[in-house]
This record gives sequence, C-alpha cells and structure tokens, in this order.
Amino acid sequence: MESFAYANPATVEEAVGQLAAQWGEADVLAGGTDLISLMKENLHAPRRVVNIKNIKALEGIRKTAAGLRIGALVTMDELAKSALVLAGYRALAEAAAGIPSPQIRHMGTVGGDLCQRPRCWYYRGGFGLLAMKDGKSLVPEGENKYHAIFGGGPAYFVSASSLGPALVALGAKVKLVSAKGAREVPVAQFFVTPKDGDTREIALRPDEILTEVVVPGAAVKSATYEVRQKTALDWPLATASVALEMNGTTVKSAKIVLGHVAPAPWDSPAAAHSLAGKQVTEATAEAAGKAAVADARPLSQNAYKVTLAKVAVKRALLNAVKG
Amino acid sequence: MANTPDYSWPPMGQRKVIGQRVKRLDGPVKATGRAKYASDTKPSGMLYGAYVACPHAHAKVTSVDTSEAEKMPGVKAVHVMAPAGTEIQWQGWEVAAVAALTEMQARDAARRIKVAYEAMPHLVHEEDLSKAGANARKGSEQKGGDADQAFQQAEAVSDGQYGFPVITHCCLESHGSVVQWQGETASAWPSTQDVTGYAGQLAASLKIPATNIKVQMDYVGGGFGSKFSPGAWATVAANLSQKAGGRPVRLFLDRQMEQTIAGNRPSAFAKIKIAGKKDGTITAWDSASWGSGGFQPGGPPPQPYVFVNIPNYRRVHTGVSLNVGPSQAWRAPGNQAASYLTCCAMEDFAAKIGMDPIEVFRKNVNYAQPAFQERYQFQLSKAAELAEWKKLWHPRGQSGAAPVKRGLGVAVGTWGGRGHASNCRTTIHPDGSVLVEIGTQDLGTGTRTIITQVAAESLGLPVGAVKLEIGRSDQPRDGASGGSSTVGGVSTSTRKSAVNALEKLFEAAAPALSALPEQLEAVDGKIQVKGSPAKSLTWKEACRKLGTASIAEMGSFNGRNDGAGLSSEGAAGVQIADVSVDTETGLVSINRYVAVQDCGTVINPKLAESQVYGAIIMGISTALFEERIMDRQTGHMLNADMEFYKLAGIGDVGDIVVHMDIRPENDSKGVIGLGEPPAIPICAAVGNAVANAIGVRVAHLPMTPEHVLNTLEGRNA
Repeated sequence: MESFAYANPATVEEAVGQLAAQWGEADVLAGGTDLISLMKENLHAPRRVVNIKNIKALEGIRKTAAGLRIGALVTMDELAKSALVLAGYRALAEAAAGIPSPQIRHMGTVGGDLCQRPRCWYYRGGFGLLAMKDGKSLVPEGENKYHAIFGGGPAYFVSASSLGPALVALGAKVKLVSAKGAREVPVAQFFVTPKDGDTREIALRPDEILTEVVVPGAAVKSATYEVRQKTALDWPLATASVALEMNGTTVKSAKIVLGHVAPAPWDSPAAAHSLAGKQVTEATAEAAGKAAVADARPLSQNAYKVTLAKVAVKRALLNAVKG
Repeated sequence: MANTPDYSWPPMGQRKVIGQRVKRLDGPVKATGRAKYASDTKPSGMLYGAYVACPHAHAKVTSVDTSEAEKMPGVKAVHVMAPAGTEIQWQGWEVAAVAALTEMQARDAARRIKVAYEAMPHLVHEEDLSKAGANARKGSEQKGGDADQAFQQAEAVSDGQYGFPVITHCCLESHGSVVQWQGETASAWPSTQDVTGYAGQLAASLKIPATNIKVQMDYVGGGFGSKFSPGAWATVAANLSQKAGGRPVRLFLDRQMEQTIAGNRPSAFAKIKIAGKKDGTITAWDSASWGSGGFQPGGPPPQPYVFVNIPNYRRVHTGVSLNVGPSQAWRAPGNQAASYLTCCAMEDFAAKIGMDPIEVFRKNVNYAQPAFQERYQFQLSKAAELAEWKKLWHPRGQSGAAPVKRGLGVAVGTWGGRGHASNCRTTIHPDGSVLVEIGTQDLGTGTRTIITQVAAESLGLPVGAVKLEIGRSDQPRDGASGGSSTVGGVSTSTRKSAVNALEKLFEAAAPALSALPEQLEAVDGKIQVKGSPAKSLTWKEACRKLGTASIAEMGSFNGRNDGAGLSSEGAAGVQIADVSVDTETGLVSINRYVAVQDCGTVINPKLAESQVYGAIIMGISTALFEERIMDRQTGHMLNADMEFYKLAGIGDVGDIVVHMDIRPENDSKGVIGLGEPPAIPICAAVGNAVANAIGVRVAHLPMTPEHVLNTLEGRNA
C-alpha cells in the first residue's frame, strides 16, 4: 500500500472539495470492505483517502414524496432489517439480506455496494477491467466459470453489486454530488459496460460522491432470488430481481433484472413482456426464465450459469407473488 | 535392578481420568485470544519481512536490482534468493526478501526491487492428460492374477471416470517464523508441526550447531501436514536477521503466497473398470490414473483402497509435472484420493448390478486385511443404523419427481496411526506439585489435554494437579506431529515417565506406611497400601517425604514397541453422507453426515469426537467447494485468496453424527492416532450420495453447481 493523505470531512461539501478531476487522485472510504483490499493489492493507490463515515447527512432511510430515500452510508444490515424497506421493497431487502458475510453486511454500505469494483480474478490479479494481456482478453480462453453470459465482450466481468439488479427493477435513481452541483441518474444508467480499458464500470465521475438512492413508491410485488453456494462469505453465481405491477391476479407490467451474469445488471424486457397480462404460475415463470436467457452467449466454462439465471428468474417470480 | 513396572493402562472400568470428557485445557486462552501464536511473537527490536515473488509460472531470472529498495525508509536488510540465472518453476517462487521497521515499509520496498525475467513455456493443468505432452511420465503397469480373463468372464462390468482436484491447506496462520540469528546462536519462534526436529533442520542451512538454536512455539494456527520443515522461509528470515545486525525478523507468507506455494494436496484422476458377479462379488480391478503433486509429479494413491486383495488387477499411473507450487502432506496423504477412486468405483459397480452398495462393501470385505474385516462389518452396520440407511436409501436415481433429490452414499477409510518416538520427563516436587515436560506441540488436536490426563491418571491425581509444558527445543525430544503419530507417542512416553516417577515416590513414602514400595498405589490423591486403604498418606504428605530432593524421571518410547500394549496402529472408519441436490441449480447440501470411527484406547472421548467433527467439516469443505484454479495462459493461481478459494462455513456442513467405536476389543489395542482417519472417506461418501440422488455420477470434485449441472445437462466437465 502506498502512502496516502487522509481526509475526514464532516459535510458533503467538504468531502467533494477533497476529490479530484481524475481517477487515481482520491478514493472515497465508507465501510472499507472493498477499498482496503484494493489498496493492499495496489489496484488502487490513491494519493488521498476521503473518509465519509462522519457525514451524518448520508445516513438513514426515510419516506419522501419521491419515494424511499436511502442514504449512501446505510449498511446492508440496516437495509435488510428496515421496516420501510421490508414493507414495500422486498426485492431490495432480500438482496441485502442475501449477503452471507456478517462483516460485509454490517460494514458494507449502500453506496459502497454500488461503487465496488468487480471481483473478476483477472481484474484483481492486475490485468485491468478488460483482463488484457498481450492485446487480448484472457477471459474467453481462460478460467471463466464465474464470468458474464451476456454482453459478448470486450468486458466479461460481472457486476459485483448485490443491490444493483433490485434497484434497476424498482426503477431507482442515485444522486451524485460534486463541487459543481448534483445530478440524478437512474440506476439502470449508473452501471456502464466499458468498451475500453479506460472507462469505469459506473457512471460516477472522479469528482463525485454517491450520496443517496431514491426508490419510487409505486405499489409493486417484488423479490430477489440468488443462487449462491455457501452460507459463509461467498458471491452469488446468478441472481434475479423482479418487480411486478399487478392488476388483480395478473401482471400489468413487469421488470426482470438479472445479476452476476453481465458487466451491469441485465434487464430483460423479453422476460418481462412474456408475463404481461398473465398470472404468475410455474409455467409462466418458467417461460419468463427461458425468455430471459434466450440471448445468453455463455463462454467456454459457464454454460451452467444460463440454467442458474433461468431458475433464478422463475423462483424470484414465484416468490414475488407468494406474498 | 527392580522389575520393570507395569505400565499397561488400567482396565477400562477402573480408569479415573482417562476416558473422561475433560474439556480442552487451552480452550479458554484460544477462545479469548490470550493464546499467543508464532505470528503474534514480537521480540524486542523485531523487523518485518516481505517477499518478492515471481509472477511467472516458468521463467529465467535475468537481473535483480535491489538498489532502490535498499534506500527506502525503514529498510534494514535485503536478501536475494534467486539471482540472475535462476530458473523458476512456479508462480510465487521467492526471489528476494526485505526486512524493515514496519510491515508496510517492507512491502513497499519489496515492490521496488526490480526483477527482470525471460518467460518460458509453462504447463499448469493436468486434468486433460492428452495435453500434458512430455510433462506426463507414465509408470509401469502393475498386474496380478488374470485381469483379462476376469473381465471377459465377468457377469457385470462397470466403468467410470473420477476427478479429484488439487486443494490447498489454507492454514489460518500462514507459514513462517520469527528468527533471530546472532553469530553462532539463533532463536526461532516458528509455526511448526515439529518443535523437536526444527533446530536440527535449521542448523543444516545456517551451519551453526543445532544446540545453539533455541526454538519455542506455544500454539500453531493449522498445519495439516504442511508445516513439518522450517521451510526456506526460516532460512531467509535468518539471513535477513544476520544482515540486519542480529535483530529478530518476522517473515510470514501473505495469503496469496500461502495459497500458492505453501503446500497443496495432489490431484488424482482415473478411469476405473470393475468386473464382478451379480451377487456383488468383485473379481477384477482395472485402473488408469494420473495426477500431479506439482513440479515433482508424485506417485499414485493406493488402489484399490482397503479392498486390497482383489485377486485380479491391472493398474497404471501417470504423474504429470506442472509449473505450480509443491504439494505437501495433507491430512492422510494419498488416502482421500484412494478412498474417492475406490469407493466411487465400487458404488458405480453396485449401481450397475442394482445392489445396495453397503451390501457390495460387505460382500467384498474379505478383500480387506484380516484384522479389519470384522470391524468393517460392525461399522457398516452401525453407520447404516445411525444414517437410517434402510429407511432412506433408494436405488440410484429413484429419488422422486421433485427437483430437490435426496441421496445417501457410503465410503470407508483406514490409517496406521502408530505413535512416534517420544520422551517425557515427570518432576514431582516435595511440595506435591507435578511438572510434565515434552518437546511436542498441540496442533489443535488436544495434545495438551490428553498428556495431562495420562499423567493425572497415572499419578492418581486430578487433571488440575498436573502442570504441563510443551513446545520448546530444550525439553525431552518428541517427534513431528504428522501421520496421526502424536497421541500414541506422547501418551506412551507420559505414561512411562509418570509411572517411573511414582515408583520413586513409593520408595520415599513406603517407610512411613510400614510397607514395601511395590505394595503401594496412588488413588484419588492419596498414596495407600493396596488392599488397606486406611493405611495412606495424602499426596502432599507423601511428597514431603522427599525432603529437599525432587523426583525427575524420564519415560521413553522408541516408536515401535512399548512392551506394555500402550499404543499400536490400524484405525478403521465407515462414513455415510446424506445429501440433497437441487437439480435445477446443482446446489448440493448436506442433511446429515455419519461417521463411525475406532482409534484403539480413547483417552478423551470428547476430544476424539471433536477430532472427527473437525475432519468432517474440513472434508465437506473439500467435497463441496475447494479447488485450486490455475490460469493456463498466465500460469497464475486465480483463487489464491479466501474469497474464491471457497471454504465451508458452519452453516454449510449439515448435521454431523459421530460414533466412536470404543468396544473392548478396540480399547485393548492401546492408543491409535486419530488425526487422519476420519478425514479420509468424506469426498467419496458425498460423491456417492450425489450420484445416488441424481442418478448419474458427477465425476469431478468439488460437487459444485458447475459440475453437477454440466453432468445433468450432458456437458463434459
């Protein structure tokens, strides 16, 4: 780990004043469950670390006219247990509760979950976001059992965010603040699939801080289903978050978003469309799952993830209507 | 000279301390963090070491430039182990090391050592033998009986493929030591499985007398067979210490290096055919196996395993040399692979002829060594009863239409477990206090507790009246804790030492009791005349008869025959896994895991069970999750961490049922080691249970969604 300056601001204004226009100058520290590892591995070597944990304005979950406002410093554990979240945003609570590591649940924050770097072992091994060596990606001919089944490259990592798919399904936005002002970005656009090695996998700019997430208050039935091997620290193999706007017992409109299968949460309009006007049954859920993976292009070792994604969609749908 | 005392264990029903479920004596200090491990050691003036590791799997070092690192703040010593010209054979090979005032300074400086390499071709995968080329070395075929004829005449032939991957030891305390080297003397605080042997091994590389090296280790954070030698790291730490003017240097591997170079369990792949009769009798075995122990390819696991006397057999093994870190002994080396290959092939044979595999195991038990046959029959029955086999087992694949399918699988294991040579000293002081000393180590197996129990039993005292000291090179010599040799060794030497010391106490106390020494016995804290318990002295009164002279008596065991039946060898075990497989996701979960295990005389049933629990938790982790993942392009280990090198958590292991087979006929054998035996059959039992559940053999461990779904969906894994 290289030496760095440490800033401990008390307000968002002070914090953004410590950031810079280029990546590499400063990194934001919240729970630290990812940044510390990145720094120890020298994947990130910021000159300044800006600790935002003392900024009270970034805490808390509350209801607003725009919907549920979730501060960036809310921990995954708070999110999973929040009565407000459990009452109307089950997909989100389940996504947070699914994180099996108590350390990450208690230290990891909503902002950190959305901004964490990919877990791709080539990225973590120092080969960059696109896993390049000698001008070509190591992934297609390499060890790709945990990599993307959608997107077709050149990025093959999967988004590590646990909350991303649920937030996309629920139509949430993030608020990004810099010294120049604030902007709101739909979570669906916050995640970016990089086409070159210089682009980040999120739309956050180096001089911005993600301050809050706003989830609209529409009445939907939602659920998240994760296929995960272990009950101890582990990453999902595939997940699905679904949000259903119901008309009686039939689906008026649906949003179906897969996780851990692409460089960004993978929205499947085809799966959603297949359900419109239908009841959610074993058969329609199965069909939606099939539709969700119709365009999957697995790599040499991850065809099994296509099955997992399909099953995750089916089970998330059935769970969502179970009440 | 007096007659040799009777060292033999008291009869089963008359033991006071041995056989009691005494709680682990070091449990509280470990649970509270007060136990200090080698990696917690911080002698005054200690420096921190860091390595420069080679990023290539095969390369030649062309230059090493340490000039910038030497000028970095805090740096006190730089040492180069792989100068220009060195050919490196695996990623993580130690090239140079730095010692500095802080760990971060050492790491920062290590990153500034500039090493240039000429990369060379590498091979890091062996599962596809056709791609191993010249790195594959085929051994000669071994034959017995007439396998060709037996296969031709067989009523049934089964065949299958099996894959057992490389896994790593994952010691929570990584490999390393703190070493201080000052001229002709050195002190070492290592994380080791061999306190007694450490100084001698380190002396050879430092070229100073072993008598001048002091070694101390109170607690070790896991070894599992990978910490027998000081390793190159101790020598490097010593060199750094010397270069830094004799300051102690702490050099432990970081997690990535620990996973990459500190040891692993060799792989084993095989194509196996079994011929037999429809009544379950196996008539012939044919196996072609291959695997790798690293750059040194290593030998085959013993096959067939346990059922060693199958009359007709043919087997051949190919070792593959890979550019990967070296293997080390891993809790019953060779035996888990052997159990996996044999027991899975036998289960496949049972499925082929439509027979219950337990009946097939029973039918062929006469192929096991005679001393084990009756025990296996008993243990198969006991395990079946505890697993509710009759109620829950079904023929392969007949597990209903629901997506989650349940299955049961059985496997067997065996291990020697004879005690190693050991020496113990028991000191009885005139104030009644008792000190027992052995230069051994407690790997977490409960060694401290069982030594204390043996001494207390032998002296007629409670456990709390005996003080034990272990873990130093100046104590009576013991052996390396490996191959389940510790309990047999230390219990035998302790018993002899304590009985010898007691004889001396009897001599001192006899006149006061108007008796002969040989008429005395030590019972419940008293020295009394046999048959006349009214004629007695309390322990303290008896010890006061020593005047000012303490008793210090040795007890020695040569590691072969103790002459009193205190210890022996030959443990057997039968295990049954009860699993559920979600056939839509390929997730395997353990419902219940049953282990029936013998280990001769059991000194502490609670600790014995604890050993078995530990082995099964570790084994389930290997069966479901663990595999080393190598990248063929870069030659890197990709999951050299604790994130994608997946280890089971407590929620992943199911309900574990342990039954110690402590029948009198086993007890009469004396003490037999227990570290390895229960760790052997788990992969086989789980693999068989999965096959039973889903109706098809998943060839390759671990039993992950990837492997299970690839099998169910017809993709070749």
